[in-house]
Amino acid sequence: MSAAEVLVAASPPRARVSTRFLRSELKIIFGRRRNIAGMGVLAAVPVIVAVATYVSSPSQNGGPDFIIAIAGNGLFVAFGALALELPLFLPLAVSAISGDSVAGEANLGTLRYLLAIPAGRTRLLVIKYTAIVIFALAATFLVALVGTIMGLALFGGGDMTLLSGTQTSLADSLWRLVLSSLYLSAQFSALGAIGMFVSTLTEQPIGATIAIVLVDVMMFILDSIAQLDWLHPWLLTHWWTAFGDLLRDPIATESIQRGLMTALVYAAVFWVAAWARLSTKDISN
Amino acid sequence: MTSVLADSAPIVTGGLTKRFRRQIAVDRIDLEVPNGAVYGFLGPNGSGKTTTIRMLLGLISPTAGEISLLGSKMPAGARTALRRIGSLVEGPAFHPYLSGRANLARLDAADRYSEPRTSKVRIDSALERVGLLAAAEKRYRAYSLGMRQRLAIANSLLMPRDLMVLDEPTNGLDPQGTREVRHLISELARDGATVLISSHLLAEVEQICSHVGVMYEGRLVAQGPLSELRAGTVQTVRIDTDRTEDAARVLGELGLSEIASSPGHVTATLGDVAIEKIVPNLVNACVPVLGFAVLRPSLEDVFVSLTGEGFNVSG
Repeated sequence: MSAAEVLVAASPPRARVSTRFLRSELKIIFGRRRNIAGMGVLAAVPVIVAVATYVSSPSQNGGPDFIIAIAGNGLFVAFGALALELPLFLPLAVSAISGDSVAGEANLGTLRYLLAIPAGRTRLLVIKYTAIVIFALAATFLVALVGTIMGLALFGGGDMTLLSGTQTSLADSLWRLVLSSLYLSAQFSALGAIGMFVSTLTEQPIGATIAIVLVDVMMFILDSIAQLDWLHPWLLTHWWTAFGDLLRDPIATESIQRGLMTALVYAAVFWVAAWARLSTKDISN
Repeated sequence: MTSVLADSAPIVTGGLTKRFRRQIAVDRIDLEVPNGAVYGFLGPNGSGKTTTIRMLLGLISPTAGEISLLGSKMPAGARTALRRIGSLVEGPAFHPYLSGRANLARLDAADRYSEPRTSKVRIDSALERVGLLAAAEKRYRAYSLGMRQRLAIANSLLMPRDLMVLDEPTNGLDPQGTREVRHLISELARDGATVLISSHLLAEVEQICSHVGVMYEGRLVAQGPLSELRAGTVQTVRIDTDRTEDAARVLGELGLSEIASSPGHVTATLGDVAIEKIVPNLVNACVPVLGFAVLRPSLEDVFVSLTGEGFNVSG
């Protein structure tokens, strides 16, 4: 055997950089009937909002401001649906996916086979979290998209009146909707990092999901207790409604920036916690 | 750093120990699986086999001791070593709503070293090898236990492997399936792979193993080539005859012990007596020898002699 042959024999085959694992992960998430049904529920809200408003024709009877706003411009269906799904539906969807991420594989026993391949524990978390972020984006944009289509179909797409009272074009309001969806996706992705961490603690995906929802709801409760106002800026959910600032003219960026920073810190802390947990965990299921 | 481990054998452990809270699951074991061996890793349920295998594969970390796997230290060398190992750990586990083929495609996709272009071909040939190609499109949840076990074995065959670590590979298989798996393992060994196969069914692996390690209550109570382990135990002879009393007397004169007569045959422990002397002496004494057999001890006998207990006693 020549020296070159020894070298070839000794050097490991090259590891490939490929999106196959991520695509397989996304296929499982978006191919699962439970998740498809859940996304159907998310999409149903803007449909219900649009149809109910249209049928009750509020332009004659008056009604809540937000309903009147819908009647004026279709895009408010999308904003309204996002606002309605913000406290529970969207966080619940992200909780279900992130709670299932590691605990689901542990529960099925597939985690041990992935790690024996070896898929790599850190790499597994990177793939899992990337899939969670993609799901958060998909879920948020689904609501926005269905809201836009329903709104434009039933109420048309004229100029929109912003919260600051000024009028803006359809293109500008669509851009503001995209920014709002991106902002909320970032917030839900931070929740997803909490979820992935919780998911490394247990082998029961449903238990993990419930725990994440509890964390989400608990933050909302703490945020509503005035005596705890010192705590509010540190709560992830405190900044979620700041997406309304994107509907002002000019856009108020202070809360948005603070909200993004908070989301980033939450995501980083819980990502590291998940990594620390999984990389030392005994996989005994 | 010097190490007690020799790097030549595919699997070597030194003082490998795992403690769960109060209980010691694996107690200072020194495994050595030689190159090319079919190593039967035996022991009753709960004796520490699966915990050992999980430590070998880097799924759980040892409390103490070291592991060398295909020349790499574990768990640091997991990435180098594990991709050359096909494994089956504590039964099959797959996504229930995916088909058998889709499940294998997912595991193949998770492998950094697998070639995407050959994925389909490799998956199909692995499925064919375990006789599951016809059911490849069925959902995993519709599979019988035997089919699930086959799919898990197919997963371990997706890539060429130097070492197979198979934990109870015949669990849930019918006799036909068990034979097929035995055949498959022999085939893999013939192609040059080293195989570690754990089982709580001694008779099942007895036929295919070259080496054996016996676990009992977390300890490795014996290890070595099967023939050596057998040599350490007593051999029994059995003579079929219609004159059992005369036969028993002759055997006693020859120096055999523990002579037991029953209608139609006599058994006795061989001891140091040369086998070839027995039949001529019986014939000289006019004892009709209708049948003669040397009963090799089964693995179960070996096990009982090592532990003083029956094999089915769970630790």
